[in-house]
Amino acid sequence: MNTVKLMAVFAENRPGQTARVTEILARANINIRCFTVASSGAFGVMKLMVNDPVRACQALQQEGFAATLTDVLAVEMADEPGALHRVAEGLATQHINLANTTGFVANQRAILVLEVENPAQVGEVLKQQGLHVLTQAEIMAI
Amino acid sequence: MFWHQEVETMDRGSLEALQLKRLRDTVQKLERVPFYHAKFEKSGLKPEDIKSTADIRRLPFTTAADLRENYPDGLLAVSRDEVVRLHTSSGTTGKPKALFFSRRDVDTAAELLARAFCMTGVTRRDVFQNMMSYGLFTGGLMMHYGAEKVGCMVIPSGPGTSERQLMLMQDFGTTVVHVTPSYAFYFADFLEKKGLDPRRQLALRKAFVGAEPYTEETRRKIEAALGVDVYNSYGLTEMNGPGVAFECEGKCGLHVWEDNFVMEIINPATGEPVGDGQTGELVLTSINREAMPLLRYRTRDLSSIIPEPCACGRTHRRIHRITGRSDDMLIVRGVNVFPQQIERVLMSIPQIGRNYLILLEGLDDMTVKVELSPSAFDGQVERLEELQNQVAEKLRAELWVRPKVDLVASGSLPVTEGKAKRVIDKRSL
Repeated sequence: MNTVKLMAVFAENRPGQTARVTEILARANINIRCFTVASSGAFGVMKLMVNDPVRACQALQQEGFAATLTDVLAVEMADEPGALHRVAEGLATQHINLANTTGFVANQRAILVLEVENPAQVGEVLKQQGLHVLTQAEIMAI
Repeated sequence: MFWHQEVETMDRGSLEALQLKRLRDTVQKLERVPFYHAKFEKSGLKPEDIKSTADIRRLPFTTAADLRENYPDGLLAVSRDEVVRLHTSSGTTGKPKALFFSRRDVDTAAELLARAFCMTGVTRRDVFQNMMSYGLFTGGLMMHYGAEKVGCMVIPSGPGTSERQLMLMQDFGTTVVHVTPSYAFYFADFLEKKGLDPRRQLALRKAFVGAEPYTEETRRKIEAALGVDVYNSYGLTEMNGPGVAFECEGKCGLHVWEDNFVMEIINPATGEPVGDGQTGELVLTSINREAMPLLRYRTRDLSSIIPEPCACGRTHRRIHRITGRSDDMLIVRGVNVFPQQIERVLMSIPQIGRNYLILLEGLDDMTVKVELSPSAFDGQVERLEELQNQVAEKLRAELWVRPKVDLVASGSLPVTEGKAKRVIDKRSL
């Protein structure tokens, strides 16, 4: 199953923490394609899609950050009303829960990023619905 | 192995007779010190009234405040000509405590440390790297002298940079080190970052770890991280420095050199003695000091006496490792909390690092900041929230107060190489 690498970075929930991360990535000449922050009280977790996940992760770890890579699904949907609804309904019928999910539209392409426990199984479900699950190279080429 | 077997294994009767004789001599000597003279006058006490070591309870306590009030030399018991050394013990506020040593006092301190080194199997073939600070702090110089007395090659590295410590260890084959627990951890991290395995790439085999109280879990973690046997050491500048009590190879409690010190454990609130095995404040009387003996010095360190004889054959009784400071105690929402309890809980949770900070704010809110171990991070916010709850729950079970727990990034809390400062109290009570 095609998966893409999502990098998660642990940071304290206070001003300047994102800038520390982006500074390290900028210096390492890493291009960020997608960025979200989820905060919970004293800490937050940043999620990033980058052009070179392994090198980005190492650059942050060398500076003392807790950073890790996970395999997630990036699925392409039609950029039209009801498209997300069809995906959500399809997953619901298979009792698949959507927890950490984000979506974006770039260059007229709508991409849904799903963090799921078993990407292989969920990926199959999506494929059966006729959806295309992107490879790392494809997501970077958008 | 014994340095001075005859004294170290002296039968209890002879040891107590020696204590009594030395205690009486000390009281006699202290009649010349105005501070003690006034106290003896007031209570009508004469040296001959001390008929057994139990009579020590008739003697006055000496406190850290007494030392400060008598700064610089009000408690000196000999003429200045007899003094060969001054050490001080820092306080957080005001003047330090000044402690004077005669030539014999310095030699005795070295003697007690030679016993301690031998007790753990250190010999003249060992290379001892002393990573403690030299200077006014007794921990550096006195250990140095003890190791030289045994005949080790001593490397007086002091608390230099980790790079330099490592270079000395590699180039001169250091086998024994003397460090604080926080620096031991810091150095272990440093080796790990360098990709060095101390078991295979260094000759280290023993570490004397002291100057800050630490737990049994901490000992095990240092032993695992550095591949050494860790021996707990206890001392204080007011009582000759580091050589008051050390562990033997049994690693079960610290032998107090009772031919040099009379120990008591008291209830810090009432001053009354507590029973053997019960925890209270350690009170020490130096009975073999020339320049500045002190009667019933309130150490503020919490410990308890182990009355049972030790398998090593030494008759000098042991104390349990120091479990905290009687003045470290925090009162949070009416409950007594010792930072050591918090440390013990955190050490039992592998996803949490070694450093912590206790923050007291507002009316009575306690927050414990703990470091997330990078290897425990899987990117899931939910898992981190669960971990925070788990830490808070374990702390509640131990303390009976539920603190707020904040996960912070690894390496973001201060590592102190001296006495660790782990509590910030900003309460507006």
